[in-house]
Amino acid sequence: MLEVRLFATFREGREKIIMMEYQPGMTGYDIITPLGIPEEEVAIFLINGRHSKLHAELEDGSVLALFPPVGGG
Amino acid sequence: MVTSYNGEVLRVNLTERAIKVEPLDMDKAVKYIGGRGLGTRILLDEGCATVDPLSPENKLIYITGPMTGTAVPTGGRYMVVTKSPLTGMIACSNSGGIWGAILKYAGWDAIIVEGKADTPVYLEINDKEVTLHDASDLWGKKTLEVEAILKERHEGSSVLNIGPAGENQALLAAIMNDGDRAAGRSGVGAVMGSKNLKAIVVKASKTQIEPHDVDALRTAAVDSIKKLRANSVTGEGLATFGTAVLVNIINNIGALPTRNWQESYHPEADSYSGETMRDTSLVKNHACHRCPIGCGRVVKLEDGSVVGGPEYEPLWAYGANCGNSDLNAINKANEICNEVGLDAISTPCTIAAAMELYQRGYITDADCDGVPLVWGSTEAIKTWTEWMGTGKNELAKLMADGSYRLCEHYGVPELSMSVKKQEIPAYDARAIQGIGITYATSNRGGCHVRGYLISPEVLGLPEQLDRTTTEGKAEWAKIFQDLTAVIDAMGMCLFSSFALGAPEYAALLNAGTGTNYDVNGLLEVGDRIYNLERMFNKAAGMKPEDDRLPKRIGEEKIVNGPSEGMQSEIKLTLPQYYEARGWKEAFPTEETLKRLGLEDLVELL
Repeated sequence: MLEVRLFATFREGREKIIMMEYQPGMTGYDIITPLGIPEEEVAIFLINGRHSKLHAELEDGSVLALFPPVGGG
Repeated sequence: MVTSYNGEVLRVNLTERAIKVEPLDMDKAVKYIGGRGLGTRILLDEGCATVDPLSPENKLIYITGPMTGTAVPTGGRYMVVTKSPLTGMIACSNSGGIWGAILKYAGWDAIIVEGKADTPVYLEINDKEVTLHDASDLWGKKTLEVEAILKERHEGSSVLNIGPAGENQALLAAIMNDGDRAAGRSGVGAVMGSKNLKAIVVKASKTQIEPHDVDALRTAAVDSIKKLRANSVTGEGLATFGTAVLVNIINNIGALPTRNWQESYHPEADSYSGETMRDTSLVKNHACHRCPIGCGRVVKLEDGSVVGGPEYEPLWAYGANCGNSDLNAINKANEICNEVGLDAISTPCTIAAAMELYQRGYITDADCDGVPLVWGSTEAIKTWTEWMGTGKNELAKLMADGSYRLCEHYGVPELSMSVKKQEIPAYDARAIQGIGITYATSNRGGCHVRGYLISPEVLGLPEQLDRTTTEGKAEWAKIFQDLTAVIDAMGMCLFSSFALGAPEYAALLNAGTGTNYDVNGLLEVGDRIYNLERMFNKAAGMKPEDDRLPKRIGEEKIVNGPSEGMQSEIKLTLPQYYEARGWKEAFPTEETLKRLGLEDLVELL
């Protein structure tokens, strides 16, 4: 299983945490496509807390976190 | 020549109760821009580096920048520059709201306050009419009440004041203006209290500042506003979620210091995140003068009252760092901080340190007046904040002087998560290598807005760096520190830099003041300001070992969460940073000072 955590505006009309069935060869694109999140809106994509690219291959049991462009200080 | 400086400085000697008007030294103004840069130069030149910070000999400078009060977006800021009683080094605390702009509209670039009044006073500035009033009836009152009284007494004015914490000369005391805006850090409120100065009321008949080149300024300002609106962070993200949006980001990378930095991941963090705040207690956002961003929060407390809401820093510090996850309690504790006039970063960080002292048995129930300092206690965070502000008991008084003095009192100064005795903010430097350099080398002590490398290392702005590596970070730290010094000196908000860069700042400054800075020239001023501050600290007695992270952050590994096992590489990056700066053992070389036009400071080396 994969744990997908959504933040900020990505939560609008979606759950905060979504569990997804893992399949070998999956990438971040296989996460955002069924959720209807456009690639260009993803500013930060974390795999187990590390900044990653959407095309990176996922591993079973990973925690993914997706953020739109946000900042603060 | 018309410039966006007023050209006049107000000098108020409280001992003599004398008020003088002085011309602004334009050569110095151009060389150090204004605000943070010019204020530090004046303070150093007037001999304040070696004085006791809470004595009448220290001076308290309220200073604007050349963009303050102009049509430039976010150009509404003022700074308080003084020798810090918390760090014993330079203090420059920066605030928004409208107070700074009105001071400028009234015809002043700065106020220099010196001496000490024998009884409590407040200062009224009504354009060029300046009056000292008795403030005995205001002494002891909290900030919002004082503001309400003075606004009624002086209709149409903006009010800056200190609360009980400043009156008590608590070293964590802030200066508040326009409700919940704060010049919060380094104990500037204690210096104001030491002078018996309760408030400064400003009122002006003008509503704008004439720039050097009206057309060029309009063009540059419109360009900047467009960029701020088009940028997804400054155009939308900050207005919607405020800085609070960082809670989930920083926690999810495993860099949210928890229980006084004993851990770095807080599983309950979402319960006080920007997202949760928006869905529960947020009433609306709030913008400072001339700000198109609007990051401020207005929240509803449990009792129904509507008040200024917490930034990311107090959310973290009262949340994870105190082991607490109750947003309503954080909203309330933050409000108490504002009311009593305490720094909303250092105060909760000191409560966190006290909670660790309680956990380890140094502080016992006998010290706690019935409110034990237990991790996660909502009663403790609210009550101890109030008590620190009012000086309720011996422990509260000790805590109000910050975590370093508190932990030192118990013989364990290493439990204070501070640099130069000022508490370190909300990003674990073991998980984010660059920010550790800026923590260690910040001239005002532990601080995140003296080179905000979170922007590239975490948020990917202006480009994504790998937070876990050290390569190039020393140079990034220097450039961010220098650009920040420029933005502060100009009187603009640091958040504008999510969308604007040095070319935009140069265009705005040149149009306002008639200077001709290019990008390199502008960054050189930032470099000059950074070196000037460092030389102030040198004169004040700073030692190379003061550029040091506390042992837990500098030497120990992260024990939980996504960044488990990571450690700071500060021993490697600090020498790299000194080399990038042209410094030796924490201080500029003679050659560096000469290169930056600071040859007159060589004798201080």
